Amino acid sequence: MTQPTHKDYAGAKLGMWLFLFSEMLLFGGLFLLYGVYLARYPQEFTTASRHMHLFFGTLNTAILITSSMLVAMALTAIQRNQRRLTLWLLGGTIFCAAVFMFNKYLEWSDEFGRGIYPNSPKLAAGPPGESVFYGLYYLTVGLHGLHVLVGGTVLTVVAVRVWRGDVHAGDYIWLENGALYWHLVDLFWIFIFPLYYLVL
Amino acid sequence: MTSAAQFSPATSSFWNDTGKSGITSWVFSTDHKRIGLLYLYSVLTFFLIAVSLGALLRIELMAPGRTIMGPQTYNAVFTVHGVLMIFLFIIPGFPGAFGNLIMPIQIGARDVAFPRLNLFSWWLYIAGAAIIVTSLFTGGGPPDTGWTFYVPFSERTGTNVSLAVFGVFIVGFSSILTGVNFVTTIHRLRAEGMRWGRLPLFVWSVYATAWVQILATPILGITLVLILAERVLGTGLFDPTKGGDPLMYQHLFWIYSHPAVYIMILPGMGVISDIIPVFARKPIFGYKMIAFSSLAIAGAGSLVWGHHMFTSGMSDNAVLIFSFLTFVVAIPSAIKVFNWVSTLYRGSISLEAPMLFALSFILLFSIGGLAGLILGAAATDIHVHDTQFVVGHFHYVIFGGAGFAFFGAMHYWLPKFYGRRYHERTAVIAWALLFVGFNITYFSMMVLGMEGMPRRYYDYLPEFAPLNLVSTIGSWIMISGLILMMVNLFRGLFRGEAIGQNPWGGATLEWSVPTPPPTENFIEEPVVTHGPYDFKGAGIP
Repeated sequence: MTQPTHKDYAGAKLGMWLFLFSEMLLFGGLFLLYGVYLARYPQEFTTASRHMHLFFGTLNTAILITSSMLVAMALTAIQRNQRRLTLWLLGGTIFCAAVFMFNKYLEWSDEFGRGIYPNSPKLAAGPPGESVFYGLYYLTVGLHGLHVLVGGTVLTVVAVRVWRGDVHAGDYIWLENGALYWHLVDLFWIFIFPLYYLVL
Repeated sequence: MTSAAQFSPATSSFWNDTGKSGITSWVFSTDHKRIGLLYLYSVLTFFLIAVSLGALLRIELMAPGRTIMGPQTYNAVFTVHGVLMIFLFIIPGFPGAFGNLIMPIQIGARDVAFPRLNLFSWWLYIAGAAIIVTSLFTGGGPPDTGWTFYVPFSERTGTNVSLAVFGVFIVGFSSILTGVNFVTTIHRLRAEGMRWGRLPLFVWSVYATAWVQILATPILGITLVLILAERVLGTGLFDPTKGGDPLMYQHLFWIYSHPAVYIMILPGMGVISDIIPVFARKPIFGYKMIAFSSLAIAGAGSLVWGHHMFTSGMSDNAVLIFSFLTFVVAIPSAIKVFNWVSTLYRGSISLEAPMLFALSFILLFSIGGLAGLILGAAATDIHVHDTQFVVGHFHYVIFGGAGFAFFGAMHYWLPKFYGRRYHERTAVIAWALLFVGFNITYFSMMVLGMEGMPRRYYDYLPEFAPLNLVSTIGSWIMISGLILMMVNLFRGLFRGEAIGQNPWGGATLEWSVPTPPPTENFIEEPVVTHGPYDFKGAGIP
């Protein structure tokens, strides 16, 4: 590209924040449905929530919070020009994302095995409120899982750019925006975990 | 921010600036002007297809009973007419075409904040459009749900709703990225001296629109994902037999789709606010209130979605609150109308084509807006809900409002980018045909609705026949005006009389650069010393 390269960090971060707002509203629609249906089926939501895997939920919460810490440390490392450490920390973040998805796989496999999945005969036979709970659960957590995959991909691209030297102490906006996105993915889970596993 | 040294002395116009040639110099260009023209031609293509479908609908309704198509075809045609017009023409049209062409120049920027993201948005739009077009010819055939995709029908119909919905989702993503780009651009790339109080009103309206695009479109996204989940997975969140509630679909859909009508109309209001002072030779009256009312419309307009659902079975309290909030939105809209009229008062008005479109915007938008209050009042809505009155109202606001503003913008701004202009007398004749045909077509529909003719029915009782015939004849007048306008406009842009730098005598920045604008818009970095409608300050007699 022949245009003179001109970097506007504040602009790039502003753009990322605006995009994050729109992501929040994307999930907002599902949280809205959760609120409405919880008000309609409080009893069924509580019953269904008791059958969730608290172990996987807690483990995955710990994993995501750790990954958020690692990506924040990666940002500090790149600011201090510690390229090797940055790569290790990013690797750790991506590893956490992978473990999260693996746990999700185990959890969902078990639930599918117990006959709990969208449109299953077991849910159709049970009370409608529980079917709505699990429908919302699969959509919300599925959409979140998709975001974990996207976030992991974004951070992998960032890691490659750090490795090639495109992202360095003088120009780390890619890493900073990638980290912002990853924190949002973490933050969604911080809301999803109590709503579906804990509070009811 | 930018410094003067970074400006290359680009004096050649943006038409012959790149080393590349042919189609790749367009579809891979990151220049906001080229992307703006890409959008313009894409949206106009879908507009003309959708106009043809609308004409077919009118022919079908010309007489009772089957005229040219059966009921299933009719359902598909009105659905596709709506989907194309709304998701592929008027929502992406204003931000994509004129937001891109004009906004960066008006704030004194070389380009938008994220030029490559801008190009990506256009590609997403094209990808979504391609998917929507594919959905018409594959699977169970074109969707027949209406553009609103209401459940439970959209869950059960055998037509190709899933693919169409997926295409709309992609187009929505494009709209979000455009919004992100424009808000960032307006915050970060204003030239020296371009204070917020000196932003042209078109920029203010694009700014308000961009916020709606960012904050409302994701709700449409999740709603469409939910329809897909209903159809593919059978989740049942909107299915009463599985504990879901169809009313929640309507809520989610209108949380986006009501603000979306402000994505359609706000930039149009901005265009009008820019055209009127130039052709009345007077600074705009009430600059601050017009700018503020754009934000107020965007804000209050996000809280009124429930007025689409007065007969859907909401609680009476909800109906009252949504009805009240709907009336609140009328206030900033009326503020704009009063300020435009006050600008005209004792102005030196010249009735050229852009001004005629602007003036007819005021009239048609006022009629449409007042008809909207009849729909927004809970009591009267019961009578006219889901009748032809709604169709008439909507076309008055969106076609008579946003559409006429779009045509006004084409006459006002496109010559700047082509260096040539259309034939003025022909443009006035085309406008007159459009205006007369428009009113015959849609006013008849409003009367029919008052008399009780429902919308979306392909047949009707014999007593509605005379006015339906009148409406259809009106549509022919309107379409002849439309054809004449398009031919005159584009013939003029390629072969018409050459124009200078500032043919209309405007004081905003786009008229201070050469015609057509150079690649990076400004030969040297502009320093803004006067307001957008300060004709004396700009040295214009």
